[in-house]
Order: sequence, then C-alpha cells, then structure tokens
Amino acid sequence: MKFGILVNEGPYQHQASDSAYMFTKAALEKGHEIFRVFFYHDGVNNGTRLTVPPQDDRNIVNRWTELAKEHNLDLVVCIAAAQRRGILDENEAKRQGKDANNIAEGFRISGLGQLIESGIQSDRLVVFGD
Amino acid sequence: MADEEVVKKFLYLNRKAPYGSIYALESLEVVLIGAAFDQDVSLAFIDDGVYQLKKDQSTDGIGMKNFSSTYRALGDYDVNKIYVDKASMDERGLTIDDLMPLTYEDEDDDYAEKPSISIKSSEEMAALMEEQDVILSF
Amino acid sequence: MLHTVNKSPFQANALESCLRFAKAGQSVLLFEDGIYAALKGTRFESLVKNSLANVNIYVLVPDLEARGMRTEQVIEGIKSANYGDFVDLAANNKSVQAWL
Repeated sequence: MKFGILVNEGPYQHQASDSAYMFTKAALEKGHEIFRVFFYHDGVNNGTRLTVPPQDDRNIVNRWTELAKEHNLDLVVCIAAAQRRGILDENEAKRQGKDANNIAEGFRISGLGQLIESGIQSDRLVVFGD
Repeated sequence: MADEEVVKKFLYLNRKAPYGSIYALESLEVVLIGAAFDQDVSLAFIDDGVYQLKKDQSTDGIGMKNFSSTYRALGDYDVNKIYVDKASMDERGLTIDDLMPLTYEDEDDDYAEKPSISIKSSEEMAALMEEQDVILSF
Repeated sequence: MLHTVNKSPFQANALESCLRFAKAGQSVLLFEDGIYAALKGTRFESLVKNSLANVNIYVLVPDLEARGMRTEQVIEGIKSANYGDFVDLAANNKSVQAWL
C-alpha cells in the first residue's frame, strides 16, 4: 500500500503530529510505502529547525527529519500555510525579503498541488488533525 | 501530467465554523488548487461547517478578510457538488434561504444556471461518503 | 470505510457525527482523546454500545494507557488496536475519514 499522510497541526500543541509519526513508522515497519507526508495549517510548524524542546521529551521535528533520512520520505510543508506562519527556506526568504530562513532538514516547501497529487497517487490518504 | 489519467472521487469534509479558526479558509484554498487536477470533487458541510455557507457575512468589524465570495466562485472552477447536512441545518435553525445561493453553469444543458447546493439526509450523505476515494478533513 | 475519531466525546461532537454517518459494516477507530468514548460508565456508553450492532469499533490501546485507562475498562465488543492494527485498518478499508 502507498500511504499519503496529512498533518494539520503543529508540534506539541496537539497530538496530531505524534500520531502521524507513529502511524507512518508503523506503516514503514509493515513494508508499506509512504508517498508523502504533507503538512498543512499549523502543521507547517513541524518544519522549523528552531525548536528547542525539553531534553527529557521527544524532539518532534528531529524525529521527522530522522525518519525521512532513514526511509527517504518526502516531507512537504505547504507554501501558502508556511507564508502565513513564518516558515521559510532560503529561496523563500530571499524572494520575500526576509532576513532569515528556518526550514528544518528533510522538509521542503511546496504548493497545495502536492497534497492533491498525494491523494491521487496514494492508495490511502490518512489525515491527522484537531 | 500522468495524474490526469487517474480520476478519483475527492470529498472535502467541512465541519467547522468560519473565522473562529482558519480551517474554513484554508480548506477552500485546497479546493481551488485542487480544481486544476480535474478530479471528481464534492464538498460536504456538516455540523458547524454549514455556517461557512451563511449569506451576509460582513467582517469589517473583526478586521479579517471576508472570504465568503470565494464560495460563489466555486461553480466557475467546476466544483458544483456541494452537499449540506439537513440535520446540521435543522439543529441550527437554518434553511436553504439562509445560505448563499451557489450556482454553476451546466455546459451539458446550454450553460443553464443551476444550484450547486443540495441538502442531504444522513443516509444520503453516508452513501455519498462511502463512494469517495479520498476524504480530506480540516 | 475506516472512520477515525480523535476527540473526546465530552469536548466535541465528532463521535456523534461519525456514528450518525457510519454505515453498517464500516469500522471506527477511537484514538488520541477519542479513547474516552470507549470506556464503560460514561454517558456515551449506550450510544457506543448501540453502534456496535452496526459498526466495528476499535480503540488504540497506547492512547488508552497513556491516559491511565486499561483495556478492562473498555466496553465489551470494542476491539483493542495498536499502531500496526491502525495501519492494517487503513489498508483494508477503501478509504479513511477523519472526524476532527
């Protein structure tokens, strides 16, 4: 099975990102393919490299980065939602005249078309939100 | 695009009121972008989602953008299957007259203007949901 | 279809709406705060019990245990699931509908 994952909420605020991560990991362990993990609404906040969560708890952003590296996952942050919430990569920062960028490793910024494509190309789309 | 060969039934599930959170606006943005992919699109409005279609929205006082006119443009994007849950309307004291009159031009009928909204019972809506391939919830 | 409910029935009407639209033979997974609907002794017990005649209901045990609950407290007829089972449910049903 090819799974598309949609994450609608940011790290820590809701359990959505955690549940999505646990589901994704379980799916990979079962030998399924993850077509794409798409981050929308506040979900784009999973893609900032500037989080410094307490050491005795999970590091949500790093967990996604590591899982993506290990399994060559496509983690996509929606550009429109990211612009609203201040998640930028180097190109976006230049384009928008901002003095910094903050995208985390393993994430890329792209359009909503990537979510639609995920729905079309995946066998199942699973949504995690609030 | 290879994608154009695959046509799936996409359902956008809207259950939240407008303005109190961004879900209504941002889900609409997905619908508009999605329109370019020529899929079989339906929108369902259930629970507080029915309030998204309420007419006469005026946002000057709250300093937010009034995006309700975007719903009226859906017909132009070939998004004309808009299903509204009857029970959600009833428990909120709403009738079809409270909603924006969303329409589309039926190219198979001499571009006659037709209503995009249909009010569905729970059974009808459940049947529609079961047909879907991809359900996007916000 | 697999329906997922992640909100407590005391906080949101996601469970009630889900059960109103779930068709015979479909499956419902209660996870995150949705697990509270799986417990005996709440005012939702009869709603949930009645639904068991119509749909298969699963509860995500890790979310149950995180919240201090145990499978012994779950309504009879509701099946236990772990993340692997969640994946299987998603794979074995034609589509997944999230009631947020």
